[in-house]
Amino acid sequence: MGAIKDLFSSLFLKELLKGMSITGRYLFARKITVFYPEEKTPQSFRFRGLHALRRYPNGEERCISCKLCEAVCPAMAITIESGEREDGSRRTSRYDIDLTKCIFCGFCEEACPVDAIVETRIVEYHGEERGDLHYTKQMLLANGDRYEAQIAADRVMDAKYR
Amino acid sequence: MLEIEIDGKAAQVPDGSSIMDAAELLGAYIPHFCYHKKLSIAANCRMCLVQVEKAPKPLPACATPVTNGMKVFTHSDLAVKAQKGVMEFLLINHPLDCPICDQGGECQLQDLSVGYGGSVSRYREEKRVVIHKDVSPLISMKEMARCIHCTRCVRFGQEIAGIMELGMINRNVHSEITSFVGKTVDSELSGNMIDLCPVGALTSKPFRYSARSWELQRRRSVSPHDSLGSNLVVQTKHDRVMRVLPFENEEINECWLSDKDRFSYEGLNSPARLLKPMVRVDGTLREVDWNTALDYVSHGLKDITGKDGGDALGILASPHATLEELYLLHKLARSLGCGNIDFRLRRRDFSADGKTAGIPWLGMKLAEVSDLDAALIVGGFPRKEQPLLAQRLRQAAKRAARFSFLTAGGDDQLIATHARLNVSPADLPKALAGIVKAAASLKKAAIPAGLETQEYCANSERIAQSLIDGEKTALFLGNMAEQHPQAALLHALAQELANITGARLGFFGEAANSVGAWLARAIPSGHNAYAMLEAPRKAYLLFNAEPEFDCHNPRLATAALKQAALTVAITSFKGGAAMEYADALLPLAAFTETSGTFVNTEGRAQSFNGVATPPGEARPGWKILRVLGNLLGISGFSQNSSEEVRHEIFTSGPFVSGLDNRIKDIALNLAAPSPVQGQLQRIADVPIHFADPLVRRAPALQLTRDASAPAARIHPETLEKLGIANASKVRVRETDGNGEALFVARADATVPAGCARIAAAHPASAGLGDMFAAIRVEGVR
Repeated sequence: MGAIKDLFSSLFLKELLKGMSITGRYLFARKITVFYPEEKTPQSFRFRGLHALRRYPNGEERCISCKLCEAVCPAMAITIESGEREDGSRRTSRYDIDLTKCIFCGFCEEACPVDAIVETRIVEYHGEERGDLHYTKQMLLANGDRYEAQIAADRVMDAKYR
Repeated sequence: MLEIEIDGKAAQVPDGSSIMDAAELLGAYIPHFCYHKKLSIAANCRMCLVQVEKAPKPLPACATPVTNGMKVFTHSDLAVKAQKGVMEFLLINHPLDCPICDQGGECQLQDLSVGYGGSVSRYREEKRVVIHKDVSPLISMKEMARCIHCTRCVRFGQEIAGIMELGMINRNVHSEITSFVGKTVDSELSGNMIDLCPVGALTSKPFRYSARSWELQRRRSVSPHDSLGSNLVVQTKHDRVMRVLPFENEEINECWLSDKDRFSYEGLNSPARLLKPMVRVDGTLREVDWNTALDYVSHGLKDITGKDGGDALGILASPHATLEELYLLHKLARSLGCGNIDFRLRRRDFSADGKTAGIPWLGMKLAEVSDLDAALIVGGFPRKEQPLLAQRLRQAAKRAARFSFLTAGGDDQLIATHARLNVSPADLPKALAGIVKAAASLKKAAIPAGLETQEYCANSERIAQSLIDGEKTALFLGNMAEQHPQAALLHALAQELANITGARLGFFGEAANSVGAWLARAIPSGHNAYAMLEAPRKAYLLFNAEPEFDCHNPRLATAALKQAALTVAITSFKGGAAMEYADALLPLAAFTETSGTFVNTEGRAQSFNGVATPPGEARPGWKILRVLGNLLGISGFSQNSSEEVRHEIFTSGPFVSGLDNRIKDIALNLAAPSPVQGQLQRIADVPIHFADPLVRRAPALQLTRDASAPAARIHPETLEKLGIANASKVRVRETDGNGEALFVARADATVPAGCARIAAAHPASAGLGDMFAAIRVEGVR
């Protein structure tokens, strides 16, 4: 019985028709192609893109060099050196993220007790050389300064779920 | 023995045990903060509350003695509820600033709050604020609001360090830990308070904010400083030593470390480290590569020893060097036909050489020191020279052991003292002879020849009596007794006293490898350490030593080294006088960067491995000496590891002899006129933080009170007789010799009359000569 069924299936090209029917369905369906970069997909406020180090409104950097992000980072992309600043507070003397190692898991952001390290919605960044994606503290703080309005708005959105 | 059942597990514990002891025996963990096995019971944190059957309320496990048939529940609902309640109260005023706290990651409060703390605080009121304190260059007390008032630091000071420097003032929510008004924490054991603090209230100042506990690699090592060879945990990050903690070894350092052992690591990262070999070219030292430097050194040594014989070379080795290094040095010397090798740089009297039965050592195990009934300590300042050995004596003295001191300089050793004789160094032998005679008279034994006319005081008799009465008694010769101009006589007298009283004779020992250096045979067959400087040699080889600080007579040493045609310094550090006298500097790896062995004063050989890479081009000492041996064409320098060298030491050749403190053939001649005859005599101690090249370069230790610049400390009456005002500037001159130096005169009643105590091993006193020389003190206008 099975042999006869197989014979008819192959004789009438059943699989091919099945496949072509799907192709045909999509041929007439509404197109979902996004014409990047003219068009962009919507992003969640939890989107995890380029990192930034934030500051308090008075300009003081948030990071207190607790090294929890460094400890939690599964890709070991973060390197921190801590020390005492002249005013006696605990600060980083070095805060590097190697974005070529980073897997954008967002653990650093989760671990941070002061919301200093955050992941922004920015995905459009590039490096022409390998070293360009090695972000230093200055670069990360500059990111934070540049996108602070967006970062702050996103945190507000997320706050009610925490 | 008492029966106890904890969480259903039964055990038998000795009478007088607490529930905490029993729990430890059974392996049941009871959370606690204020309890510490080495400290007294305070029971003030209340974290160890447990449920005891038939007791209406939970009881503190640390302070509740076990009764027979007691049933304890450490995890019952009642116990856990009590513990959680205590934790909530502890956290009420705790700032919860773990992210910026150096204790984060190794904090008992943090760990226990995971198990017993709530997830949110119910406390909405204001937290208390405690003003920070600045009490020490080693201990940071910047965040005292973190303190949970366990009083471990206070009890440590009272009980272990022997001096209460921290205390708790006020009551209730206002209570805070502080030092006495205007006083600092200066104990040589103060660093242990950092370890003891269960929270982040007391933290290490040099380590502050530099790393997290979880990013540090832990490696074991052995302290290269005092003669105990304390066991260390050296913590490194990125190949850099970040801090040093004690490795618990009940037989040596227990769970403590002296500040010198703990904070000297800063010297390892000092900018003064020698990173490349240097050779003097046309009068200036230039950095060269290893080949050039070794060529220069080997040719230089070959030329001089070839032309003038091996006797033209003098080798001064540090007793802080490893066994392997000293052994290769000995081998090198022997092959070059040089008998002038010595490690006893601060010794003056070598007349005991060849008359001792063996290697001088402590005479007992370190742990046995704790069981002594009575002891006499002759010369030396154990509190600053062997801090943890002094700690053992302190504990023994607490349970009524009778310790007497015969020293020049009456520094408080913080050990309950039975009797004390404080005499000038010149009178030290006579005072000891007095005790010998007193002991002989008390025991009705024959009075040793030479002491027939010796007189003694009541105190000598008390000391002799304590040594006769005790069951386990000892007679220790401290560092001063070894550095003393009549060291052999002191040794012989001590031997007599030991014979009469049955006390065991021992030496505290000066450095980490003082015993090991004997094993390595780094001892002279020609000129000794003093003689080879007195009769200058043509060439010198210095190993890890800075003769301008480490020798008995720094003035003589500097002069001898300056006139030498070739001075080779194998050293970890550059700078200082070495830049003037050395013709070649070879960078030496420090103790954390090499493998080796130290043999401590109880004769325990402790090998250790390197924990970090040597900086720059520095190399382990045994490698440098091995290659130097190859270049000199000497056979027997083909070892490929320090273990091979060690194996060779312990298997080849005759052992010098065993550990034996006996001495013979020294005449007890006390009639010789005192060399100081009515003049002021200098008492030179080696300050704790100047004793070796490494600790001299540890910045935080150099800020402590122990490292303050030496003054000329003179008895007030003597000072008055000299017509010098207290705190005025004085010029100290040697009566024979040209040495002079400037100091501030300080009236100090602990210094015996007719003496001036001027520390050695310090740049300020490097212009002076012998440690116990006769001096003149003149006022400077």
